[in-house]
Amino acid sequence: MEAQTPMQSAATPPMKSQDAGKNMQRQMMAQEYDALARAKQTKTPVAYLFISGNIQELFRSFGFLVVYPEINALQCGIKKAAGPLILKAEDKGYSSDVCGYVKNDIGLVMQNNKSPMGDLPRPDLLVCNFSGCNTYIKWFEALAELYDVPLVMLDVPYVRDGVIPKQDIAYIVSQLHDVIATCEKVTGRSFDKAELSRVLALSAKAEDKWCQVLETATRVPSPIDSFFEAVFFMAGINIFRGTQACVDYYDAVLAEIAERVERGVGPVERERFRVVMEGPPPWPHFRAFWELFKRWGVVCTAATYPKVGGLFDTGLRHDPSAPIESLANYAMNCYTNWSLDKRAELMEGYLKHFKADALVIHSVKSCRSFSVGQGDFRDAFVRGKNIPTLLVESDLADPRYFQEAQLRNRIDAFFEALEHRRLTTPAGGAL
Amino acid sequence: MERYADLATDPTFPSVRAWKQRTGGKAVGYFPVHPPAELIHAAGLLPVGVMGGGTRVEIDHADSRMQSFVCSISRSTLELGLTNRLDFLDGMVFTTICDVARNLSGVWKRNFGGAMMTELLHMPQQSNHKAAVEYLRAEYGRLVARLEALSGQAVTPQRLADSIALHNLGRKRLREVYAARAEHPERMSLAEAYVLARLGCVLPKEEHIALLDEALADIGARRAKPRDAVRVVLEGSFCEQPPLELLEIIEEAGCYIVDDDLVVGQRWFTGDVAQDGADPLGSLAEAYVNHSRMTSVRHQGDKRRSETMVGRMHDARAEGVLFVSAKFCEPALYDFVLTKDALERGKVPYLSLEFEEKMGAFESARTQVETFVESVLFT
Repeated sequence: MEAQTPMQSAATPPMKSQDAGKNMQRQMMAQEYDALARAKQTKTPVAYLFISGNIQELFRSFGFLVVYPEINALQCGIKKAAGPLILKAEDKGYSSDVCGYVKNDIGLVMQNNKSPMGDLPRPDLLVCNFSGCNTYIKWFEALAELYDVPLVMLDVPYVRDGVIPKQDIAYIVSQLHDVIATCEKVTGRSFDKAELSRVLALSAKAEDKWCQVLETATRVPSPIDSFFEAVFFMAGINIFRGTQACVDYYDAVLAEIAERVERGVGPVERERFRVVMEGPPPWPHFRAFWELFKRWGVVCTAATYPKVGGLFDTGLRHDPSAPIESLANYAMNCYTNWSLDKRAELMEGYLKHFKADALVIHSVKSCRSFSVGQGDFRDAFVRGKNIPTLLVESDLADPRYFQEAQLRNRIDAFFEALEHRRLTTPAGGAL
Repeated sequence: MERYADLATDPTFPSVRAWKQRTGGKAVGYFPVHPPAELIHAAGLLPVGVMGGGTRVEIDHADSRMQSFVCSISRSTLELGLTNRLDFLDGMVFTTICDVARNLSGVWKRNFGGAMMTELLHMPQQSNHKAAVEYLRAEYGRLVARLEALSGQAVTPQRLADSIALHNLGRKRLREVYAARAEHPERMSLAEAYVLARLGCVLPKEEHIALLDEALADIGARRAKPRDAVRVVLEGSFCEQPPLELLEIIEEAGCYIVDDDLVVGQRWFTGDVAQDGADPLGSLAEAYVNHSRMTSVRHQGDKRRSETMVGRMHDARAEGVLFVSAKFCEPALYDFVLTKDALERGKVPYLSLEFEEKMGAFESARTQVETFVESVLFT
């Protein structure tokens, strides 16, 4: 295998928008954590939500600041702070077999919310927007006890069949009215439907642009990595929807990508393999994991993980003209809330649309919602559809589960075989 | 006892196969915790509880489909399917009890959905909520339509009301068994009681009730000397079932289990489901939302799970709690932490044991339980 050289040689002038998206994202996150650290001072009500199916627009319309424990866990993972936090929770009695995100969060609570990102405020309200993950419920049940604050349940039905029955939406809408009543009580403010619609219009704008970002990966070679880079680009769509800043952010990302296209640069020096990635990244070893693929010139041209906060690339949009219904519809259409057959169908579509050579599944122990059934996906794709599929295991939060040597062996063997297949099959191994 | 134990836990389901041959009827399986037995029965089908492979199934094929960090019951149930040992089932129903079971339903659908009607019911996580009742009623209606198509028999309100009455009686009898054991735990062992409840998964309800009647008469007549044992509530076995041997060891080591959540689906509700209403489907939905026996797979609104546990202990006049949960069972493992904290605050002794279907060695469990019993008896 040949060595990779850096993305640009020293002779080329630096790109105008080099890392514009990443830098702006970093700045927005810092500002958000700063606002959270000052929430008590500024007397801003604080709600805790989960990413998948989050109804942040409603909370934005009430003037809440929102804490996402998953984002905190993710940040701790990247900042290499997850390990000790997870151990703290295990000392308290949490099993080594339960979700590392939960344990990371419990560890933070146990050290009075002093996080590497700053001080995190206590919740005034916990909202379990349960979408596609039962662990969410157990997680917030624990926080409700630890903080002794009210927990509001938003029960979002799993998408069991291809079509969403009317009663599912009606059920969520009915519960959303309860959530609204609770927000009114906590904030002392009345629900402002016009404000919610204004916020939702901004969400829809950002969602359009996010989809444009993802679509650029249909180009050969792809200007972006739709997994290793998209997991940063997705921050806007997951936690800053409903703001002008989020719309501006995607404009900046699109400008950066346009410049990459113009210069003919991408995430790797020379794109050799295009894959669809299924599953979350191993945050504590993010760089190392990416390197294992980069050395083979692998670009992820589509991925499922950036869709846990909404399957906007399937046409899903927030709709300011039907605000409550559109929140309900959004909450159902997050990736892990889809049945396995719909998930497989989506991946199959990605493989075609994004001209990918193979499917790579990163199976994580922490998240059964994601990972149970992935072995069956492999069987379905390899035997049913003759698509080369690699399944590797580690974890999204717990650094102990990342076995680099073993992963390297599996990944090397897979791409070696793929290369061989390309050389020996008349169609060049293309799908 | 041995014969019944075998009948209750045999993963080849001899009683169900015999029933099918005898009646020419169809059978529909369900994965724990919430069996829609009344609906299946009212459609003229035999409800069958599929509770995993127990001690007798080797995992050969399911390994490549389900990772090693998944509970035994999901892996062994899939193994039973992949090795055609469940091919006598005409349908299989899952409910959204946890992420693993929910996704297993998807794997099931792809592998067996062609030959076997496969359905997943979303069980609401709201309690005391009118919309949740309406929602579940519609969800049950969806299943009823599929069951009717399978059997060709319409589920009329009268049929469903009759079915509810029959299952109410079964649950009532089982509550009576539990009450009798709570009063005189020396008269019937935990393993016997467990087998009695578990038989409800494989026998037609009428036959199950006849057996329960016999057992009740038998408990009343038995005379046994009470042992110097500790009264304990067993918690955490609501889905995957511990090996019978583990249950025997727990009692041998000095515990009287006076309440438990084993095969909880057979004692799903705290009382009778309304059976006189004009809307039996609605009554079933209402019973789930408002009168379920709570387990770790059910959010229970403002009331905390740890408080419920403490309440159950007092109701059963128990002196301690045994957490007996399946390895990798996330809902039970999360609840354990909050519950044991509440028990510690109340100075209630507890012990936690993890099990797997095919665990081989029980000696360490025996020692742990003995030590626990001694600590309760001598403090």
